[in-house]
Amino acid sequence: MAEAAIELIGINKSFGAVRANRDINLEIAPGTIHGIIGENGAGKSTLMSILYGFYQADSGEIRVGGKPITIKTPNDAIAVGIGMVHQHFMLVENFTVLENVILGAESEALLKKSIVKARSELQRLEREYGLEVDPDAVIEELPVGLQQRVEILKALYRGAEILILDEPTGVLTPPEADHLFRILKQLKEQGKTIVLITHKLREIMAITDTVSVMRQGTMVATRETAKTTVGELAELMVGRRVLLRVEKGEAKPGAIKLSVKNLTVRDSRGVTMVNDVSFDIRGGEIVGIAGVAGNGQSELIEAISGIRRAVSGSVMLDGKPIDVIGIADPGELRDRGLAHVPEDRHHVGLVLAFEENENSILGYHDDPKYLNGPLLNIDAIRNDARDKIEKYDIRPGDCRLKTANFSGGNQQKIVLAREMEQDPGVLIVGQPTRGVDVGAIEFIHKRLIAMRDQGKAVLLVSVELDEIRSLSDRILVMFDGRVVGERGSDATEGELGLLMAGVERKEAAE
Amino acid sequence: MDVLVQLIDATIRVSVPLLLACLAGLYSERAGIFDIGLEGKMLAGAFAGASAAAVTGSAWVGLGAAILTAVCFALVHGFASITHRGNQIVSGVAINFIAAGSTIILGQAWFKQGGRTPSLSGGGRFEAITLPGAEAVKDVPILGTIYSDILSGHSLLVYVAFLMVPFTWWVLFRTRFGLRLRAVGENPAAVDTAGISVAWLRYRAVICTGILTGIAGAYLSVAQNAGFVKDMTAGKGFIALAALIFAKWKPVPAMFACLLFGFLEAASIRFQGMAWPMIGKVPVQLMQALPYILTVILLAGFIGKAIPPRAGGVPYVKER
Ligand SMILES: Nc1ncnc2c1ncn2[C@@H]1O[C@H](COP(=O)(O)OP(=O)(O)O)[C@@H](O)[C@H]1O
Ligand SMILES: [Mg+2]
Repeated sequence: MAEAAIELIGINKSFGAVRANRDINLEIAPGTIHGIIGENGAGKSTLMSILYGFYQADSGEIRVGGKPITIKTPNDAIAVGIGMVHQHFMLVENFTVLENVILGAESEALLKKSIVKARSELQRLEREYGLEVDPDAVIEELPVGLQQRVEILKALYRGAEILILDEPTGVLTPPEADHLFRILKQLKEQGKTIVLITHKLREIMAITDTVSVMRQGTMVATRETAKTTVGELAELMVGRRVLLRVEKGEAKPGAIKLSVKNLTVRDSRGVTMVNDVSFDIRGGEIVGIAGVAGNGQSELIEAISGIRRAVSGSVMLDGKPIDVIGIADPGELRDRGLAHVPEDRHHVGLVLAFEENENSILGYHDDPKYLNGPLLNIDAIRNDARDKIEKYDIRPGDCRLKTANFSGGNQQKIVLAREMEQDPGVLIVGQPTRGVDVGAIEFIHKRLIAMRDQGKAVLLVSVELDEIRSLSDRILVMFDGRVVGERGSDATEGELGLLMAGVERKEAAE
Repeated sequence: MDVLVQLIDATIRVSVPLLLACLAGLYSERAGIFDIGLEGKMLAGAFAGASAAAVTGSAWVGLGAAILTAVCFALVHGFASITHRGNQIVSGVAINFIAAGSTIILGQAWFKQGGRTPSLSGGGRFEAITLPGAEAVKDVPILGTIYSDILSGHSLLVYVAFLMVPFTWWVLFRTRFGLRLRAVGENPAAVDTAGISVAWLRYRAVICTGILTGIAGAYLSVAQNAGFVKDMTAGKGFIALAALIFAKWKPVPAMFACLLFGFLEAASIRFQGMAWPMIGKVPVQLMQALPYILTVILLAGFIGKAIPPRAGGVPYVKER
């Protein structure tokens, strides 16, 4: 057998009290696509950042091509042909593509020659791999899919033979992800070694040759992809059996709770993002909105929940209008029984610097049960937070901890617990499981179904088609600001995919 | 006509320390290190420059001492905010205080003239340079006046300051150092993962700041004036910061911003005590406050959104 491209032996890494990596051993064969899966916080990014020299391991050894080497800085990693596409892109946003590509790889003190060289090299890479991107485009004006391409180009420009991709599909639409996978396969055919980190099991099955599973900082197993199953991997990841399908009974729709009529919303640039959208949601049903990110879903729920002003149209909550064009006040809407779990929990849903218990009542802090005259009733708030922690299994179970110290999945649970425990009549949820691990996804889905079964109306927006299909009783597909189709929960992925891609209704029906 | 020429001439003179300080701040802030200690570094530089020039009788030694001192102060700021990831505003304020206090104490201890340094003359000062041919073309209308009365007749440091503008532009946008400098002020993690040391890069930027504030200080005490007087920077470091924001951290606009502020200051001196038609005498204080008032008005909304370098003011921390 050929020498391993990379060998990690006994890697340990702690951040303060957190042991992110414990005694990790890993061998990656050359010319293969090696997947690494694990829940959020399992230590995948940390391990790969150590390999790339971004962090230093506390102990352990790294071998590249059989030779032990020390990787102290990313420079050392680049020198032995390791390239990495980070989970959070490492791009200078107001630089052009070209400037980002040459940054750190400039051949001399003046830029001119480097730029000329990079331009022709980019053309070659474009021809070879179909990695098209305008070299003079400014990064912040590119869609994320293309930004990621720039990251890949950066690595290839530096002559990477081993390419690490950390959760590359988290930001991509399904067609973009497919394109990425085609590129990865092509890179593999050219003899490059690829390490693909993800927490999506389907991607692992679709593209990897070998897969390693991480759990709570340890490497629990390595399998040949062809000889394992989604079920086994999921179990290894979470450490117990998980239900991948949501079990739910028949919906019993009641009266109309939320009614949207001819709603039109523009974004800050004046572009029409929601165009004449109408629908009703009844109590006891989950209505899912499917669509590729950026087709107006976000603006739609922001307008309904009073965060963004609409241009025209009307919204009725329990038969009474919401002033979506003027000043719909999210606080007042909460009082009227409309709760909102925002898509972006970090910027809209939580104050990360607050303690957990403070976030768990944020927005409901005027509720008399949290007040003691004009002052906050700290004891009541903390007790309430402890109840939610127990009920929603939020970990670590310390309501005094700073919210920033919780993992993404647990932060999401804090927001969900806050909004659901107010017992709203209508719940609007955006991307409920984005960046959330398998175990928590299952829990969140069960909760949403339970809300439905209590007769609440749920409006679900998600870019995860599987999630939409398994939870929704009715599915609306948005494309370019319009609702282009409505389907039942039995809609096939292909059918929805066509609608999401904007293929006309009639063609899709044929 | 004479008034106008004098006013423009004065504007150039007054703008120079602003311009040097503003460009100094540009290097640091473009690299993501906010620096409200420009004032202090300039003051320390002015004092060291005047002291060294007084003792040695050489303006060049004075300039060297000014630069060295300002660079030392800049390195202190760097040590606090780069190596120790401290608060950059606090560190900058501290530097201003230390400079204001120590220049007076040392000045009194060394020269016993109430914080002043001895008056410089001859080789101890940068004298005005007459550009070649200035005398000959003096009488040519307009162009001759511009050349001989406005362009000619300044000290060497004035020309250095204005040449620093295209030079800074060239460094920022045409060199590897400039590319990295701009990158580290926007996204230090990108620089780090590209295999470049964030700390070393930022230190170099801060040293550039030190050099330029040193020159600015030397200009004040060894060229424009003939010695150091306490608090002689008189808020110029802060005006330079305002100009930097006003110029959106770009070298050429920075020059125009400094010329504008310089013009206001020159005008306030020139028209002091003058009776205006309709208005009458304007209090001196109001004229002197004019540059500051304008700064506030301009910054409050007349320049559009000034977006600072994105990583500005934030220490680069990898492991929480
Ligand atoms: N820079 C850091 N500073 C402190 N703690 C960190 C840092 N990066 C990651 N961690 C912690 O290390 C653990 C593993 O994180 P990570 O490697 O990002 O996991 P994954 O990529 O598998 O989701 C988590 O508990 C996380 O909070
Ligand atoms: Mg990660």
